[in-house]
Amino acid sequence: MKRLVSVLILMFWLIATAGAVFAEEAKVEAPTPTPMATATEQAAPAQPAPTAEKPPIKADDVQKNANFVWTLVAAFLVFFMQAGFAMVETGFTRAKNAVNIMMKNLMDFAMGSLAYWAIGFGIMFGVSATGWFGTDGFFFSDFVKEKDPWLFAFWMFQVVFAATAATIVSGAMAERTKFASYLIYSAVVSALIYPVFGSWAWGGLFHGKGWLEKLGFVDFAGSTVVHSIGGWIALAGAIALGPRIGKFGKDGKPKAIPGHNIPLAALGVFILWFGWFGFNPGSTTAAIPDIAKIAVNTNLAAAAGTIGALMISWIMFKKPDASMTLNGSLAGLVAITAGCNNVMPTSAVILGFIAGILVVLSVVFIEKVFKVDDPVGAVSVHGVCGAWGTLAAGLFNAEGASMQIIGVQVLGIVAAFLWAFTTGYILFKMLKVTVGLRVTPEEELEGLDIGEHGNIAYPDFQVHQSKGV
Amino acid sequence: MKKIEAIIKPFKLDEVKDALNKIGVQGMTVTEVKGFGRQKGHVELYRGAEYDITFVPKIKIEIVVAETLVEKTIETIEAAAKTGKVGDGKIFIYSVNEVVRIRTGEKGNSAI
Repeated sequence: MKRLVSVLILMFWLIATAGAVFAEEAKVEAPTPTPMATATEQAAPAQPAPTAEKPPIKADDVQKNANFVWTLVAAFLVFFMQAGFAMVETGFTRAKNAVNIMMKNLMDFAMGSLAYWAIGFGIMFGVSATGWFGTDGFFFSDFVKEKDPWLFAFWMFQVVFAATAATIVSGAMAERTKFASYLIYSAVVSALIYPVFGSWAWGGLFHGKGWLEKLGFVDFAGSTVVHSIGGWIALAGAIALGPRIGKFGKDGKPKAIPGHNIPLAALGVFILWFGWFGFNPGSTTAAIPDIAKIAVNTNLAAAAGTIGALMISWIMFKKPDASMTLNGSLAGLVAITAGCNNVMPTSAVILGFIAGILVVLSVVFIEKVFKVDDPVGAVSVHGVCGAWGTLAAGLFNAEGASMQIIGVQVLGIVAAFLWAFTTGYILFKMLKVTVGLRVTPEEELEGLDIGEHGNIAYPDFQVHQSKGV
Repeated sequence: MKKIEAIIKPFKLDEVKDALNKIGVQGMTVTEVKGFGRQKGHVELYRGAEYDITFVPKIKIEIVVAETLVEKTIETIEAAAKTGKVGDGKIFIYSVNEVVRIRTGEKGNSAI
């Protein structure tokens, strides 16, 4: 434990010094071209001049300010989704691991924020000569050069997306992963795995230029870039870990391990649905009328996904399963994310409904056929429905679908799987042989709350169950 | 003196208690228990996977009464706890050798 603390301290010290060095290098460059600086100031009149006479406010300035406000409000909504993920995950798992799940969801955002500031953002949106990854803009060095506060608004919106991809994995690896290992994973995914793929599809939104976006790949708000990437890393993690003790009987038949708090999981889904109104409409990063249609598409797909999952679970299991129906809402949301700006509302209903059915079939298939234990259905919700949504963005394209558009969509889906699953699997295998990926069977049976954190979530509330199932 | 032990459905507890009070039963001990009989619990599905609810929640009532009240007590419990469906429970009757009231040291029927 002492070793881990010293490793963390060393990491932060390195990040801090590197940041200072970068900032100083950039400062040296900045003040030299004085005439250039005045020229850019004139070109951007939104900066209030310190003189007594204020220039009249132009329509452009109002638009610019509105863009800032909308992008940041949307970023704050997406941040709230972290709470949603935490509630869904803990609701679908047992009380003995609730503290551990809160800590993982808190820490992947904290670790991810710093990693994305230091490294991730530069790789995702820095100047990309090859189209494979960006190479500048680390530690906000662009701001030192350009003095444009848009960088901050844009970064804030992007960092909450990076954190969303990171936190998806937590659910699939719940109830058995070593906390220290998860911390390292959080930093690596936000610094490298997520941003590299992000640069392929979204680099052009800032300074980059990715190979996939050059081909015309459509992923407006991240069915693939955020959700599939998270989902496929989650699959790699769940495979590398193995199932929870007691999940599969001796005959290999899956056994239910009921979650401890369905109301909390439902609260999480409501929070995520709410946050998605920032996730998709916010991805315009501009205060423009498009956000109305995007919000409608988002809501309709979520509603249709919920109903799809309700119907199929009612037919398959004889009763409408609450946790599957909740997954259905998320499935619809994930699926509409890619095409929310380029499909019509009717298409949103159809693709959301299909996602709701798909998620239930996928949860059962992954468990019964692949024998992979994903306690919250993260692989099905984010990986499978993310891929479906990306394909659907091509199929239901309002301006007509062509084989070429669909081909590029499929290429993006396959590239995301290969990149995220492979790098994720290598990362988890490396963690396995170094820090160790999984807790001891004794700790798993007693609960990670005691073993990893030394306290329990509900000390006055119920008898602490130490039995496996 | 006899001890009457009844396993009943939890939601029937109030009805059984009121009925017993009416016929003059002075006290009882109640425990929340789990178990199964011939029905062997039941199977539910969670996220498409089966899980057994083998041990069904029940209430166990323990009452000690004088010989004169035994038949009446059994009839009363039977009547009040009955729904006619599987899982209504069972009644067991044991002989009691002695009863002591701790506060006064009274023994036998007057200690009940």
